[in-house]
Amino acid sequence: MASPLDVQRIRKDFPILGRTVRGDRPLVYLDSAATSQKPTAVLDAERAYYENSNAAVHRGAHQLAEEATDAYESARAAIARFVGGRPEDIVFTKNATEGLNLAAYAFSNATAKASHGHAVDPRFVLTEKDSVVITEMEHHANLIPWQELCAKTGAQLRWIGLTDDGRLDLDQLSLIDDTTKVVSVVHQSNILGTVNPVRRVMDRAHEVGAIGVVDACQSIPHMPVDVEDLGADLVTWSGHKMLGPTGIGLLWGRAEILDAMPPFLTGGSMIETVHMDHSTFAPPPQRFEAGVPMVAQSVGLEAAVRYLEDVGMESVAQHEHDITEYALAGLQELPGVRIIGPTDAVDRGSAISFVVDGIHPHDVGQLLDDRGVAVRVGHHCAWPTCRRYNVPATTRLSSYIYNDRSDIDAALAGIRAAQEFFGVL
Amino acid sequence: MSDNVEALYQEIILDHYKHPRGATPLTDAQGESFQVNPTCGDEVTVGVRLDDAGHVHVGYEGQGCSISQASASVMSELLEGESVEHMAEAERAFLDMMHSKGAGEPNEDVLGDGIAFAGVSKYPARIKCALLPWMALQDARLKAGIDVDKAATSEI
Repeated sequence: MASPLDVQRIRKDFPILGRTVRGDRPLVYLDSAATSQKPTAVLDAERAYYENSNAAVHRGAHQLAEEATDAYESARAAIARFVGGRPEDIVFTKNATEGLNLAAYAFSNATAKASHGHAVDPRFVLTEKDSVVITEMEHHANLIPWQELCAKTGAQLRWIGLTDDGRLDLDQLSLIDDTTKVVSVVHQSNILGTVNPVRRVMDRAHEVGAIGVVDACQSIPHMPVDVEDLGADLVTWSGHKMLGPTGIGLLWGRAEILDAMPPFLTGGSMIETVHMDHSTFAPPPQRFEAGVPMVAQSVGLEAAVRYLEDVGMESVAQHEHDITEYALAGLQELPGVRIIGPTDAVDRGSAISFVVDGIHPHDVGQLLDDRGVAVRVGHHCAWPTCRRYNVPATTRLSSYIYNDRSDIDAALAGIRAAQEFFGVL
Repeated sequence: MSDNVEALYQEIILDHYKHPRGATPLTDAQGESFQVNPTCGDEVTVGVRLDDAGHVHVGYEGQGCSISQASASVMSELLEGESVEHMAEAERAFLDMMHSKGAGEPNEDVLGDGIAFAGVSKYPARIKCALLPWMALQDARLKAGIDVDKAATSEI
């Protein structure tokens, strides 16, 4: 099916796409899985906020403070609507990494408090008899917080392995058993592009009474996602990959779960009452938003959400499916190029990793860059996933609403030129 | 291909990448160091030994991009059998060149094929690649107790 988007019109909203790089080369930006570019509407919204309403939120008796608070809470409501959740279940974080740490620290903080006799929800207390289950395709952000949690509590870390064609090995769902207290899984892999059946994994987690966490960084920007449909207890993602500013991420939580979680970062804004020897905490989401929050970024992110709603997430997904099919076919026609991840566009996003025989990814990326084509090279913060497929690193193309087939053509031509330059054909 | 990229990928570099010299580990190393570039996964292990006649022996194994692997090859060829003083001088000259941002004339008498890496210094993301084996060398020779010139090594 052809793309429903008018990419040329969309591109006019992104000033950066008009620039040249490395001399006079037009920029071909194929690194949106790392961070997306920002439309003028997002930049204008942030600037207008600073020019007209800038103040600290949730305090102060003046008009600017009221306007800033309204802007911040309006952003929360817009984002909640975008993912089918309630505003009071949306927590603003610095990024998705903080969201995942917030989740992991709920367990280690509860475990530490329980050992000193504090009343905590037992679902968050871990012992050496418990296990934590993730997968072998996690971004380091959804791996290391759980490794650290296990190191602190003695719980066992388990991971669901992968098939040779880049999918989760669902036969290993049995790793989620009665010992499992938490299951955390990526919705769409940032390196393989695989879209995982998270509902099935979350249902399995709930069968054994575990808390389910989903890393939705690569899915929410690229397809319609309803957080309720994922079947998770906690879902985290970032703003900057969905046309929004850097410095802002989101954590959605089931109300009952958020309410049972101890705070992560502590200090101002997250308290109910404070005494010298103890304090009580605000209800969610404020419990998890210590300090002056990222108001301007929230305003920018609301503008990004409205932009995506105007384009339509169904259209975004259809556009990316088209470009992904085109790129997968083009890459597979090139001799000496091997895709790491699913080779068809079924249950697959637009991040496509590949290796070129005889040329290290760093060199592929350098030669593409010389032609103005911006891609990511390296292990993509998924080093164990690279190891699983016996590659030290990959080159990754990732597209978004402002890319079209001509951008893929530019990348394919660049790969061929790199092969000629290195004499590997 | 732009001039800058032509300068980055000198023939000498591509030749060392495709036909690496001395790319075997030193079985009797007195000092050995494993270094990795965590952003891209380039790896190199360098071993050094100083024989009774005062000659340096260098061996390595690694995997990674053309710049890091060619750099290791050039380094081992440059230093094998040389004096400790020559090693220290080459180390200092290579570091100076990599921090030069493309300015300055590298000394071919000291660096040999190493001067081909002058173009790398214009690409901040690739400097680490070129320096990786030299950092491993420095660590390995310190482990081997070969500490000839602190001034030459303090900049890394």
